[in-house]
Amino acid sequence: MANGIAASSEASGSVPPASAPESTLRHPVWVRFSHWVGALSFVALAISGFMILMVHPRLYWGDVGNDLTPALIELPISNNHRPEAWEQTVVFSEFDGDPVSANRTYPIFNLNGFARSLHFLGAWLLVATGLIYLAAGIFTGHVRRRVLPRSRDLAPRSLLRDIGSHLRLQLDKDGGTSPYGPLQRVAYALVLFVLVPFMVLTGLAMSPAVTAAYPFLQEIFGGHQSARTLHFFGFSALTLFLLVHLVMVVLTGFGRQMRGMIMGK
Amino acid sequence: MSISIPRRRLVSGLASSAGVMLAGCGGSGPPTYGNILRMGDLVTYKAHRLLMPAHSLVREYDRSDISSSPAIGNTNPGDANQPFFDPQHGETYARLQREGFADWRLAVEGSVTRPGSFSLDDLKRMPSRTQITQHRCEEGWSAIAEWTGVPLRTVLEAVGVRPEAQFVQLQSFDFFGGSVDMWDATHPQTILAYGMNGRDIPTGHGAPVRLRVETQLGYRSLKFVRRIVVTNEFQDDGTIAAGWSWYAGI
Repeated sequence: MANGIAASSEASGSVPPASAPESTLRHPVWVRFSHWVGALSFVALAISGFMILMVHPRLYWGDVGNDLTPALIELPISNNHRPEAWEQTVVFSEFDGDPVSANRTYPIFNLNGFARSLHFLGAWLLVATGLIYLAAGIFTGHVRRRVLPRSRDLAPRSLLRDIGSHLRLQLDKDGGTSPYGPLQRVAYALVLFVLVPFMVLTGLAMSPAVTAAYPFLQEIFGGHQSARTLHFFGFSALTLFLLVHLVMVVLTGFGRQMRGMIMGK
Repeated sequence: MSISIPRRRLVSGLASSAGVMLAGCGGSGPPTYGNILRMGDLVTYKAHRLLMPAHSLVREYDRSDISSSPAIGNTNPGDANQPFFDPQHGETYARLQREGFADWRLAVEGSVTRPGSFSLDDLKRMPSRTQITQHRCEEGWSAIAEWTGVPLRTVLEAVGVRPEAQFVQLQSFDFFGGSVDMWDATHPQTILAYGMNGRDIPTGHGAPVRLRVETQLGYRSLKFVRRIVVTNEFQDDGTIAAGWSWYAGI
């Protein structure tokens, strides 16, 4: 993999320093700012999101899903689902499938008052930072030159070579054409331009007010519960990215990488 | 229609909310917020009100989509062992329930020109609305049911809401309460429901009358409604003090 340090001439939009010595490569200040604010909001979103999931650790497909209907996935992360402890009070036998009403008879773990508000605070922070990053990234050409994979990055030969060097842990012996290697570009582009927007949209698809105004949000994901399930899959993918990202930071020199992302050099 | 949404006030409120956030306290603007989490809630509320069109209708489903419906929280305000039990009104509820809610009355008062009191039959004589909608609980689950009731807007028009009114507070037979702004209170699908899936509302779901605010999460759809007070100023109904967002549109 590449050395992970972007170019100093970035902000001024000058010629990409493909051959510049490593010591002069640096992250522009707006990249460092958005990286750390984004990281903070991601941590807030991940922790609060997990707390929200613990309140109802069952996932469904379609519009409807609750303790009285079958789940697609039951996650063993809390004891909030106790099908035997529901007191059935009514059977609506005039409807298909004889839907019932039942009373919950036990207290559940629920810190959503805190977790939901933290989640949306984190979401606002991430969206605001993301917009700043996107504006600066497009304006300076950073996104196009440094982040988006080029066609030569996506060539099978290039990808295979990069995969091979990762497997051999030869992480600093990149071809030297760019600060970010092919796999790194693919990963960053997927996170920034696919996964994060996907999380925003699947998140909004769960909002009753937003889907009233924009019903297509609920429809494109196959329903409210499908959107929630997809939101969980997106969380899983982002968490996997974070783990790999942290491993790569350590393997390529923790001190050097942290200096690069904090001090810029 | 006699009730208008104070959009101008809303927009100026949004402009001033930045100052409110910097000051770190609520002041008189709606709603009153304290800590940083509540400020995030305020941003969400203001953004929804500023950016989204008023009174978009939520999706309505077919009868074949009706699903099983969990009843949670307090499922009988007359039962002293239930959460949020209110000794004063809980006993009244138990008596009214034994008598089939024949003596149940809904007081509607506050910033109105003709304060009134409505029996269940009074409400059922008003123009009704039936809607098959999705209940979304903050816990994460959802259910679809058919609700029949009178639009809250119709009741508010009957009592004559004063122009300066901004919030509609609802009180229940337990300690749970809730208020909505005029935007949601006058939404066509915001109803005082007395029927569920073609029957009287089961006790666990809020008999004899519950609110349905389809544009917000389930905890805003107050069950066991006892009294409605129209107010000019925001008052915490207990939601914020208990650590929850007052606005639950997301």
